[in-house]
Amino acid sequence: MTLTDEEKTTGSGPAGLGVVGWLRWGWRVLTSMRTALILLFLLALASVPGSLYPQRGVDPGAVARYFQNDPTKAEWLDRFSLFDVFTSPWFAAIYLLLFLSLIGCVLPRTTVHLKEMRRTPPPAPRNLSRLPHHADIEGDLASAEAYLRSKRWRVTTGDGWVSAEKGHLRETGNLLFHVALLVLLVAVGVGGLFGYRGNVLVVEGDGFANTVAAYDRYLPGSQVSPEDLQPFSFTLKDFQATYIGPGHEKQGQPLDYYAKLAVQDSPTAPEREFTLRVNEPLEADGALTYLIGHGYAPTFRITGGDGKVAFEGAVPCLVNDTSTYESECVIKVPDAAPEQLAFLGRFLPSTVPSGTEWLSIFPGAANPTVQIWPFKGDLGLDAGVPQSVYDLGGHQNLKPLGQMSASPKPMAVGDVVDLPEGAGKIEFTGVKEWITLQTTYDPGRFPALLASGAAILGLLLSLLIHRRRVWVRVRDGGVTVGGLTRTEGGDFGEEFAELTKALEHHARAEVKDVS
Amino acid sequence: MSPDRLATLSDQLVLAAILLYLAAMIGYALELAFGRVTETVRERRLVTVGGPSDDLPEPAPAPEPASWAPKAGLVGTAAMWLGWAANAAGTLTRGLAVDRWPWGNMYEFVVAMLLAAVTVFLLLQIRYPVRFLGAFVGVVAAIGLGFAVRVLYTQAGPVVPALDSYWVAIHVTAAVAASGLFIVGGVAAALFLVRKEGPSRLPSRADLERVAHRVIVIAFPIWTFAVISGALWADKAWGRYWGWDPKEVWAFITWVAYAAYLHARATAGWKGKAAMIVSLIAFACLMFNLVGVNIFIGGLHSYADVK
Ligand code: HEM
Repeated sequence: MTLTDEEKTTGSGPAGLGVVGWLRWGWRVLTSMRTALILLFLLALASVPGSLYPQRGVDPGAVARYFQNDPTKAEWLDRFSLFDVFTSPWFAAIYLLLFLSLIGCVLPRTTVHLKEMRRTPPPAPRNLSRLPHHADIEGDLASAEAYLRSKRWRVTTGDGWVSAEKGHLRETGNLLFHVALLVLLVAVGVGGLFGYRGNVLVVEGDGFANTVAAYDRYLPGSQVSPEDLQPFSFTLKDFQATYIGPGHEKQGQPLDYYAKLAVQDSPTAPEREFTLRVNEPLEADGALTYLIGHGYAPTFRITGGDGKVAFEGAVPCLVNDTSTYESECVIKVPDAAPEQLAFLGRFLPSTVPSGTEWLSIFPGAANPTVQIWPFKGDLGLDAGVPQSVYDLGGHQNLKPLGQMSASPKPMAVGDVVDLPEGAGKIEFTGVKEWITLQTTYDPGRFPALLASGAAILGLLLSLLIHRRRVWVRVRDGGVTVGGLTRTEGGDFGEEFAELTKALEHHARAEVKDVS
Repeated sequence: MSPDRLATLSDQLVLAAILLYLAAMIGYALELAFGRVTETVRERRLVTVGGPSDDLPEPAPAPEPASWAPKAGLVGTAAMWLGWAANAAGTLTRGLAVDRWPWGNMYEFVVAMLLAAVTVFLLLQIRYPVRFLGAFVGVVAAIGLGFAVRVLYTQAGPVVPALDSYWVAIHVTAAVAASGLFIVGGVAAALFLVRKEGPSRLPSRADLERVAHRVIVIAFPIWTFAVISGALWADKAWGRYWGWDPKEVWAFITWVAYAAYLHARATAGWKGKAAMIVSLIAFACLMFNLVGVNIFIGGLHSYADVK
C-alpha cells in the first residue's frame, strides 16, 4: 500500500535508484529484523489505548456514557478511533505492515532452509581441538559413523573423517511458527467476514427463532446475508439459579445457573431438550448460543380507567446490583384508555424493610416485591421516534399519578393497587426470569485453533531444539571428536560429553562382537 | 479435617511462608555481605567480547570473609526450602478446603504464582551458580505474599459458575507456571542491571543473563499456551475466542513484548543490557496485567474478587 507513495518520491531518492531500486530498498527495510522489532513494539503500544478507553465492540454502553460525560473529549478521542482501536486504520496499518514483513521474512528463509536440508554436512575442519567442544577418544571411524547414523544424525564421510549434523527441526519449527501466525490472522479475518453475532433477551415461556428480526442486537460480517442464518429455534422452559446462602463472606454469589431449553435444529427437526449453562453453549448447525446473563421479569395485569385489561404479561427488569438483584423496570401501556399509562418499577427479589425504605438482601426470589410509580399521559409511541423499552426518559407528556413517594409500599405477588384519579388498577401477578443469550457463528474458529496448535508446536521446536555438528577425525591411534552448536543456549557441553562416552562405548562393544 | 479448619490452616501456612522467605532473604544477605567474593575472571573475558563497557573498577583487595558467613547462607537456603514447603502446603490445603483448583481468585493466584517462582529458583540454583538470586527471590516472594494477604485476601469459598470449569486447571495453571518463571527472569534481569561489572559476591552478569534467557525461553511457550487456552475458554464461555477485553489486550501486549525480547536476543547487537531492558518492559506488562488490569480497569475477567 505504500508502494504508490514510493513511486512518487523516486525523483528525490538517492542517485541511481529507479522505481525498482526504491521498491527493493523499501522491501528490504520492511523485512529487516530491526523493522520487525519496531513494528512488534508499535503493535503492543497501539493496543494499550484499547484497554484504557471503553471500546464500542466490547461495551457500547460505556462509550455512550463517555460521550454523555465529556462530549468534547469524547469527540476528539473518536476522531482518532480511540473507541474502536482494534478496527482502526492505524492499528490495521501496523499489523498489515508486520505481516508483510513476516511474509518477506518467511519466504526467503523457507527457500534457504529447503536448500540447507538437502545439503550434506560440511567436511571436518583440519584441527578439531580448536573447536569449543573436543575430546580424544578410543575408537574408530566406522563405528562412530554407525553410531551417529543409528542416533539419526545426518552423516557424511570423507578421507579420515566423519561429519554429522542435527537439529534442522529448529528452523522448521521456527518457520512453522511464523507461518502459523499468518494463518491465524487469515482465520480471524475469515471469521469477521463470514460470521455473525447476535444478542437477545428471552423470558421464561417465550421462544426464539434464529432470524435477524428476532435479535435485539445483530452484528453480521460483511459477507453474511439474512438467509445464511441457521434455522434453529427454541423455547425457554425454565431458568434456575442457586446462590451462596447467608453467613458467608460471599453471600449471594451465584453457585450455579442453568436454562432448560426445548430446541429444534430446523423447522422440521424433532424437538430435543437441552440444558444451557455457562461454559456449555448450545450448538445448532455450527452456530453456538451462550448463556450470558439473567434477571427477573415480574408479570402484571393492568386495567385502564375504562375497566378494560390493557396489558398482561412479563416485564424484564434491568439489574441494578448483581449482589442483590435489585432491578428496575419500565412498563408502558399504550393500550390503556382513556389515557395511556406508564410505570416505573423497582423489583426486589428478597425484600426486607429498612427504616422507611425497602431493600433486597439476596439475589434469590425469597420474598419478591415491586415498588411502583405510576404515570399517565401521552407515551408518544405514535411519533415514530425509536424508544428504548427500558427507559421512560424524555416523556415530557407524562404526568405523575397522585402523590409521588420516594419509597412506596411494595406490592407482593397477588396484590392489586387502584391507581389514583380513577386511572385504572395494576395487579402484580407473578415472577418470571429472563436470560440474555448470545449467538455466534464463526467459520474461522476451527482454522484459528489449528493455527494456534501449530504455532505452539513450532515454538517448542524452535526454542528447545539446537542445531549442532560433530566431527570425528582419525589421529595417530585414536580419534578426535569435535563439536559445535550454531545456536546458543541448551547444554551442548553435556550432550557432547555423553556423546563421546557413547562413541567409545560403542566402539568397544563392536570390537567385542568381532572377536 | 473440616473445610473450615483446612482453610484456617492454609492461611497460617501462608503466613509461615512469608516469615520463612524473609528469613531466607536475611540468611542469603548476610552471606552476601560478609562471605567470600566469587571469582570473575570468566566474566571479565565476556565483557571485553560484547558487553557494555562500564569502566572496570580496580579490583579491590577482598576483605577477609567472616567465618560464620557460609553458615548464614546455608540457613538461608534451608529457610527457602521450608518456606517453599509451607507455601506449597498452604496452596494444597486451600485446594482441599474449597474442593477445587486453588487458583480461582486473585489471592489464590498470587500465592500459587509465587510458589511457582520459588520452585523455579530452587530448581535453578541446583544447576546454575545463582544461589544469591535467592536473596532477591525471597524478598519478592515475601512482599508478594504479604500483598496477597493484606490486599487481595478472600475467604475460602466456591467460585462463580463461569470459573467452575476444567479450563481453570488448564488455562490458569499455565498462567501460574509461566508467571512464576517470568518472575525469576525478571529478578535476574533487574539484578543484571544493578550489578556492576567486576568482582562481586553476586552471580556474574553472564550467569544472570543466561538464567534470565533460559527461564524466559521456557516460559514463553507456556505463556503462549496460556493465552491460547484462554481463548479456547473464552470461546466456550463468552462465544468468542478473542474480544479485546482489557485482560486479553494486556496478555497480548505481554506476549508481543516477550517475543520482542526473543527477537532482540536473536539479532546481533542486542545482547546484554538492551535485551535485559526489553525483558523487563515485558515483565512490567505481565505485572500490570495481573495487578493493574484487575484493580484499575476491570472487564469481563472480573474474577479478581478484590474489594
Ligand atoms: C507477529 C510477530 C512475530 C512474533 C510473535 C514472532 C515470534 C518469534 C519467536 C518467539 C521467535 C523465537 C526466538 C528464538 O529463536 O529465540 C522468533 C524467531 C525469529 N523471528 Fe519472529 N516473530 C514475529 C515476526 C517476525 C518477523 C516480522 C520477522 C522478520 C522480519 C521475524 C523473524 C524471525 C527470525 C529470523 C527468527 C529466528 C531467530 C533465531 O532463531 O535466531 N519474526 N520469532
